[in-house]
Amino acid sequence: MNELRVDNLHVVIGDQQIVRGLSLTVPRGEVHAIMGPNGSGKSTLAKVMAGHPDYHVTKGKVTMDGEDVLAMEPDDRARKGLFLAFQYPSEIPGVTIANFLRAALQARLPEGEELEATEYYAKLYEKMELLGMDRSFTSRAVNEGFSGGEKKRTEILQLAMLAPKYAVLDETDSGLDIDALKVVARGVNTMRGPNLGVLLITHYQRLLNYIVPDHVHVMVAGRIVRSGGKDLALELEERGYDWARESAGEMAVTR
Amino acid sequence: MKPETKAVDIDRNIGDFHYDMAYAKDAGRGLSDKTIHFISDVKEDPDWVREFRLRGLKTFLEKPLPTHWASKDLETIDFDKIRYYLAQGIAAKRTWEEVPEDIKRTFERLGIPEQERKFLAGVEAQFDSEAVYSNIKKAVGEQGVIFVGSTEGLKKHPEIFRKWFGKVIPIGDNKFSALNAAVFSGGSFIYVPPGVKVKHPLQAYFRINAENFGQFERTLIIADEGSEVTYMEGCTAPKFETTTLHSAVVELVALKGAKIQYITVQNWSANVFNLVTKRGLAHEDAEIKWIDCNIGSRLTMKYPGVVLKGRKARGEVLSIALANNGQHQDTGAKMIHAADETTSNIISKSISIGTGRATYRGLVHVPKHLKNCKNNTECDALLINATSRTDTYPAITVRGTGNAVQHEASVSQVSSEQIFYMQQRGLTEAQAMSLSVNGFVNDLVRQFPMEYSVELKRLIELEMEGSVG
Repeated sequence: MNELRVDNLHVVIGDQQIVRGLSLTVPRGEVHAIMGPNGSGKSTLAKVMAGHPDYHVTKGKVTMDGEDVLAMEPDDRARKGLFLAFQYPSEIPGVTIANFLRAALQARLPEGEELEATEYYAKLYEKMELLGMDRSFTSRAVNEGFSGGEKKRTEILQLAMLAPKYAVLDETDSGLDIDALKVVARGVNTMRGPNLGVLLITHYQRLLNYIVPDHVHVMVAGRIVRSGGKDLALELEERGYDWARESAGEMAVTR
Repeated sequence: MKPETKAVDIDRNIGDFHYDMAYAKDAGRGLSDKTIHFISDVKEDPDWVREFRLRGLKTFLEKPLPTHWASKDLETIDFDKIRYYLAQGIAAKRTWEEVPEDIKRTFERLGIPEQERKFLAGVEAQFDSEAVYSNIKKAVGEQGVIFVGSTEGLKKHPEIFRKWFGKVIPIGDNKFSALNAAVFSGGSFIYVPPGVKVKHPLQAYFRINAENFGQFERTLIIADEGSEVTYMEGCTAPKFETTTLHSAVVELVALKGAKIQYITVQNWSANVFNLVTKRGLAHEDAEIKWIDCNIGSRLTMKYPGVVLKGRKARGEVLSIALANNGQHQDTGAKMIHAADETTSNIISKSISIGTGRATYRGLVHVPKHLKNCKNNTECDALLINATSRTDTYPAITVRGTGNAVQHEASVSQVSSEQIFYMQQRGLTEAQAMSLSVNGFVNDLVRQFPMEYSVELKRLIELEMEGSVG
């Protein structure tokens, strides 16, 4: 049961229904992509999985390796192995990347155990090199004054350092030029393997040229309307979201 | 001897404990001529000091509380119930070995890091009103540096002491400086000879250790021409049920080309009134820098200042204030420009938690006839909860042309998005909050000596523990 599983999820923000009965399973070791038009509820799904306090689950379940995710505090979910790469990461003024990641890793250790500093920095520098980040970055405050590309790279750096079981990447490709996109994709591809399940949320097919998914899901109006292999992304690119919307309509009718 | 279990009263927080002590010398409660004479008799004051004290008392009694601008909370201080002088009658000690075990334990409990204990060779520590431990680092002594308690200073070095004592902060500066003049005891006297650069920071630890006992230490530091010295003070106080008054006076004199850095990290328990007057006098090309960190207390009123008396003198105040539930940090800085080409810099950061309140009061004065003076003032406030409060009262008077002033102020909050982001990386809400707060003060804390910045970080974490959930 090594999987991240979403079952008939319903989510509201205020009095607005955003996710309406979404089901999805990402086994560890696989990369799944969710594509969908703006406003389809993709980012909401990501935030709900991570436990954002503004969203309210009215129905349904999310489990990670069989454990009830929705019953956990956001930090508990993170320590148990769920990672969210934010579409708009927060700035943390005055807190350096090195200190932040150190605190995050320290939080995963049993009480009384101290993170080994030399090992930590060796690992940090190795991952930064992979992502083409200069070492001077470690002393910059998290996301403060970062360009869009720098923010996304920092998200992937955190992913690499925290080594979660499941990673949800929320529009990690948005705002990236092609070179930055390639670097980010390289980072994710390096981590790919039997120990990591990935859920890529994206608006465009472009990212999927570099991180080739095992499965593609199309999300429209708070639901998955179509699932398939990697070719589905190409088909979608060609035929557009209207085609997917029509499919959703058909589905609603046939139900 | 009492059994140890009775002798030590340890509360939840570090610093919230005290030892039962037999106070050999006790002036009783309340304040009158009699109290002053008692203190002067016990301390064997020279006549001029007794005189000084009596003038202090008169001024204190005449001056009203400054409640027309300051907190009305001052009215709750019952001056008749305070003990103004208390001494154990222990002579100042020279070596660490001679220090009584129970007092060593107190220092241990205060969490003075091992590293700092190695520095203890240069420490003047005060336990209650008298210094129980003082050991002047040999090298410092050889350089001709005088580092003694104020009582010893005024008796043994009157020629230097008298020249500056009460000159930077006159008796009548404010009601509490007058009170200090009347009942002062303890504190340090430092004189650094011309050209001597004291390598290690000189340190003092002191704490309040008796119910209703006000602590009124008095420190005077004189850096002679071209000399340099750093002084550090840090204190924690035990928690008592009734209010405790702390009213210190610190005077600094930096002669031509001298540099003084005065660092304070204070963590008062929540019932302490901390009403302190600190000011420095910077002569030509001299530099005075106050680094001031205020945590805890019920009400702190403290505005370290520099009088920039000589051409090209520089003054700086870097301060951090943390006001938790029920606490009011009323802090700031004063920069009095009195010569051409003088520069001053004020950076103040405050954090308000729960119902805590932080007030910034700044006074920058540049008169019309001066040329090429500069001031930079930055004050940033961070509010943690919806009930937290901050106020800023900058008073900047810059007259004349060719003087430059820059003032920036900001109020920010730790956003829920920021906390969520950090939680998503595995930090608990409290850890996230405390990391944000540490980030907020980070650029200032970097200017603190290493051991203090570590201590400060720990203090902030302790303070943040109860702020969420």
